[in-house]
Formats: sequence, C-alpha cells, structure tokens
Amino acid sequence: MPDPVRPMIEIRGVTKRFGAFTAVDDVSLVVRAGEFLTLLGPSGCGKTTLLRLLAGFETPDAGAILLDGEDVTHLPPYRRNVNQVFQSYALFPHLSVRDNVGFGLRMQGVPAAAAAARIRDALAMVSLAEQSGKLPHQLSGGQRQRVALARAVVCRPKVLLLDEPLSALDAKLRHGMQLELKHLQRKLGITFVFVTHDQAEALTMSDRIAVINRGKVEQVGPAAEIYHRPRTPFAADFIGQANLLSATIVGRNGTTARVRAAGGLELTVAAAGLPAGASTALLSVRPEKIHISKHRIEAENVFAARIEEEIFQGATDQLTLVTDQGTRLHALVANESAIQEAFHEGDRVHCGLHPDDLIIVQAE
Amino acid sequence: MDWFLRGWTALVFLFLYGPVLVLVACSFNASRLNVVWEGFTLDWYQKLLANAPLLRAAKNSLLIATATAILSVLLGTAGAWLLHRYRYRCSQLIRTIVAIPMVMPEILMGISLLILFATIGLKLGFTTVIIGHVTFSFPFVLIAVQVRLHGLDPALEEAALDLGATPLRAFWLVIVPCLKPAIIAGALMAFTLSMDELIVTFFTRSASAETLPVQVYGMARVGLNPMLNALSTLFILATVAFVLFSEYLRKLSR
Ligand SMILES: Nc1ncnc2c1ncn2[C@@H]1O[C@H](COP(=O)(O)OP(=O)(O)O)[C@@H](O)[C@H]1O
Ligand SMILES: [Mg+2]
Repeated sequence: MPDPVRPMIEIRGVTKRFGAFTAVDDVSLVVRAGEFLTLLGPSGCGKTTLLRLLAGFETPDAGAILLDGEDVTHLPPYRRNVNQVFQSYALFPHLSVRDNVGFGLRMQGVPAAAAAARIRDALAMVSLAEQSGKLPHQLSGGQRQRVALARAVVCRPKVLLLDEPLSALDAKLRHGMQLELKHLQRKLGITFVFVTHDQAEALTMSDRIAVINRGKVEQVGPAAEIYHRPRTPFAADFIGQANLLSATIVGRNGTTARVRAAGGLELTVAAAGLPAGASTALLSVRPEKIHISKHRIEAENVFAARIEEEIFQGATDQLTLVTDQGTRLHALVANESAIQEAFHEGDRVHCGLHPDDLIIVQAE
Repeated sequence: MDWFLRGWTALVFLFLYGPVLVLVACSFNASRLNVVWEGFTLDWYQKLLANAPLLRAAKNSLLIATATAILSVLLGTAGAWLLHRYRYRCSQLIRTIVAIPMVMPEILMGISLLILFATIGLKLGFTTVIIGHVTFSFPFVLIAVQVRLHGLDPALEEAALDLGATPLRAFWLVIVPCLKPAIIAGALMAFTLSMDELIVTFFTRSASAETLPVQVYGMARVGLNPMLNALSTLFILATVAFVLFSEYLRKLSR
C-alpha cells in the first residue's frame, strides 16, 4: 500500500534541454513510497527523458532529484538503487535467462548460493522457471518482457522504472500483463514509475497519474480525480473523452455563475473554480454526464437538442447532439435494456446537466 | 536457360580454381618444368621441409601475423567503441583518416614508414614490421566492429549500468561478447593481410625479420621452383582448414 507521507522520489524543479529544445521543463513531482505512479502523455512530451533522469542516464540542467531523501542528481546509474525495464527489454543476447536475471546480483557481489535462490524465486514469480536455460532469442515477446521484469526486481530496487514495457505486446497479452504488473507491484511493495502514452493503460494500473505535456506536468492525482476534475484543457482532453466549450461569463451569483457557450447555450456553473475578474472560460463536460430523455427533465441546466448521429457501441450509445442554439456536444448513454427508450438520428431530446459536471479548465 | 546458368557457373569455378588445381598437381610432379607430367613425387615437400631459411621465414610470418592480429583487435575495437560512444568535435574526420591506410598505395606506406623509423631512430626489425602491418590492418577491425556497434541496441549498455555494472564492466561483460563475431572476423582479416603482405614488409624489415612472402619473392626471382608449389599447396590446405574451423566455431556458438 502506498505510504501517504513518505516521499520515495522528490523531483525539484528539474529542467533538461537538448540544444535549444527543452525536453523537461521545470518539473516538480513527488513519488510516494510504495505507490504506482504513471507518467502519461503523448509521444515526444518528455516522459522517457524524465525517466532517464531518474535512472541516471541523463543529468538535469537545473534542479535536483532526491531518492529516499538522498540527493542522487549527479550519481551515475550504477550507484543508484533504482532499476529499469526497458522498452526494447535490452536482454543480454549472449546470456541465458538465468544469467540475465542474475546479472545485477553478480554486479552486487551477492554470494552464488544466495543469488541462485533469488534468481529461482524471481523466475518463479514471472512463471519462467522452466525457461531458465534458454537464450533470449528462443523466447516469445511476452516471455522476454517477463525476463526483463524479473531481472530488474531481483535486485530489490527502491524504485522500478518502466518505459512503455507493454507497448510491443499484442492487445490481449497487454491487458493480461497490465493486471499482472499491478498485482505484482502490490505484492512486492516496490515503488513503480511507469511510462505510457495510453490513457486506458494509465487508468487501469495507476495509484496516481502525472499528466505530462510539452515537458511540463499538467496535473497529478488519482485517476478518478483527473478524470472527474481535470484542471487543464489538455488533461481533460487526453484522459477519456471531453466536450470542451469556450464560454463568456455573463453573471455571478454567490456560489454559481452564468456562462454563455459558443453558439449561445446558457449554463449555470459552480463558481468555485472561477477566479475573480475572469471574463471567459473553457469548460469540460464528460459525454456520460449529459442526461438525455425524450421527456422533460428536472435539472439546473436544461436544454433541447436534436440527435445528429447515433453510433451503437454495445454497452453504450454514442450520440452527437446539436442544441437549439447550435452548440455541438458528444454524449454517451448506457444501453441498459433492450426495451428502454431508444434514441435515433433526427430525434428531438431534452438534456440536463448538473453544474458540478461542468468543469472550468481554463479562465481569463 | 538452365543449362546456360549451369555452364556459366562451371566456367566461373574453373576460372577461380583452375590455376589452384594446376598448382596443386604440379607440387606432386616429378618434373622441374610444370608443363609435363613425369610421375608422382613428394620430393618437393621434402626439400621444402629441409630449407632452413624458408622455414625460419614462415615462423617469422606466423609470429608477425599473430602479433598484428592481436594489436589490431585491441586498437580497432577500442577505437570503434570510443568513436561510437563519445561524440568528438572531429569524429567524422577521425573516421576518414583511419580509413586512409586501407586504400593508400602500399609503396607510399612503406616509404613513409621507413622515413618515420629513420627519423625517430627506431632500428628495423620485428617491431617495425609489426607496426607497419598494424597500421593498415587495424582499420579493418575498426570498421567491422563499427558496423556491428551500429546495429547494437544502445539500451544494452544502459541495462548493464542500470544493473550496477561500472562502464568498464559493462563494456567487458556485455559489449565485447556482443561484438565477438566482428572481432573474430576482423582478427582473421588482419592475420591474413599480414601473412601475405610484401611491399610494406620490404621497407620495414631487417635481415633477421625476413617474412615468408619476402623470401618466396626472392626465390621466385631466381627462377620458378616446384618447391614453391609445395609451399602454396600447404598454404591452401591451412586456409581451408582455417575456414572450416571458424565455420565450426560459429555453429558451436549458436
Ligand atoms: N538525446 C537527445 N538529443 C536530442 N533530443 C532528444 C534527445 N532525447 C530526447 N530528445 C527529444 O526530446 C523530446 C522528448 O523525448 P522523449 O522523452 O523520448 O519523449 P517521450 O518518451 O514522451 O515520447 C523529443 O522531442 C525528442 O526528440
Ligand atoms: Mg518514450
């Protein structure tokens, strides 16, 4: 279980530049002992660079990195008690599975008998006990992935770094490994820092997610918090689906405010996230938070719309709505039973929205 | 089309190996003249094994070629690794300069080495011959290793460092084993180049460091001697054995 107070990694104002390009831009982040933290962001946003800074393959241009309270900013990789699972696995091609897994122990000078027992346990843990004499090229992709994992955890690192370790696996295997990794992390209690560009993977596995965009951390928090309370347009858009509405503020009334979205739709929002003096805002609405009915709805925000498109997706129906004012919205409704009211293209419907489900992600 | 291809292949083989077969046959020919067959004999081999200067030259050649191969592997591998691993301002220039001895006319190499040795006052002998051979052999190792390094996953070295290996141990325990095929190929190349090098040796040798090619050249100038056919046949035999052996090693390591 994550320790809510003890920080395992502290990244303090770290910047890394390649020439004129800033790959990691003044990042500050705390990883708690025993937690599964995911660095999530699009390709090229600096996730790998941040991980390499933690591993010691890169040195920051500014800032400091603390590992379990110790400043490791300028420590070489072989003097840091962290281990990495590489995207390419990087198994040593000339060594057997057993010797690959034992490499770290050999470097640490662990006596042969103790090392043999730990190698055996590590291989059993990833269900590869029978393959220990094989060479890496004799294994399947999934098996190689497990060897890379066993090779890293057998060293009992304080932190395990994983750089998109599942991206080379096919979809089905990947999903199985996601759960397996998560269970393994729980069992071992090792702090995991996991890199992915796949938001579904991040949601499945993480205790907390750090959303990264252009070298900056946009938001850090548990998956549900980032999903329900995104703090930036990027975070709202990158995790799950979101309707982003730009709106002007037309009035305030204590805890609520009235806004007019582009197209003319007027809505009531919670004023808590709105700084004083702001005149425009960007709102995020999750598609499933829009209530839809053929009948009148009792809600704070109600409006009428026409269904422009309906896509059946099995468990859900994806609808594209156009409000009478001309605002286009994506909505998701559950297909709870075959006999419930069905929606079709061209239908006129009533929509309702709770003010708390209108999230202000930007205001000026 | 089929018969044409077959015929063509046969011609190519005849062209390549015809002279060799004639030479092998002549080494067993009782006649001093290569053109007429006068009966089977092992005389030439006996004479060969009794020829002390030739045997000494062969021993020198093996010694020089072995030293050349070892030094070329050390220099070439280290050079390739440094050029690959670290970015210098003039990396590209270094790469070009290193490749020059491979294409430079040997006579120029020989003369310039002779001038160099004379200038610094190094006495001609084994050392100078070996230095000369290494100069044009090690680029072959360097390039073979460089090609192999280029195809190597850069994460391999990082994985070793990550698991606690110092850069030196990572190089020795992970990089070198991955480079083994290139190193062996480079070493064989250097050995072979040194074994049959004539011109550079000519300029850098001393009387005590006579090599086989120099000795043979001296003998051939006086007149063709069937003893040389016998020597060549032994060489062909050694080469074939060498190739078969390295092929066997390659299969074994797989
Ligand atoms: N060694 C390097 N030299 C120059 N640019 C680099 C280097 N490493 C990464 N970059 C650049 O930094 C940016 C972030 O890269 P990376 O951290 O690998 O992103 P991600 O892992 O999120 O896809 C990319 O634009 C990449 O081109
Ligand atoms: Mg990456």
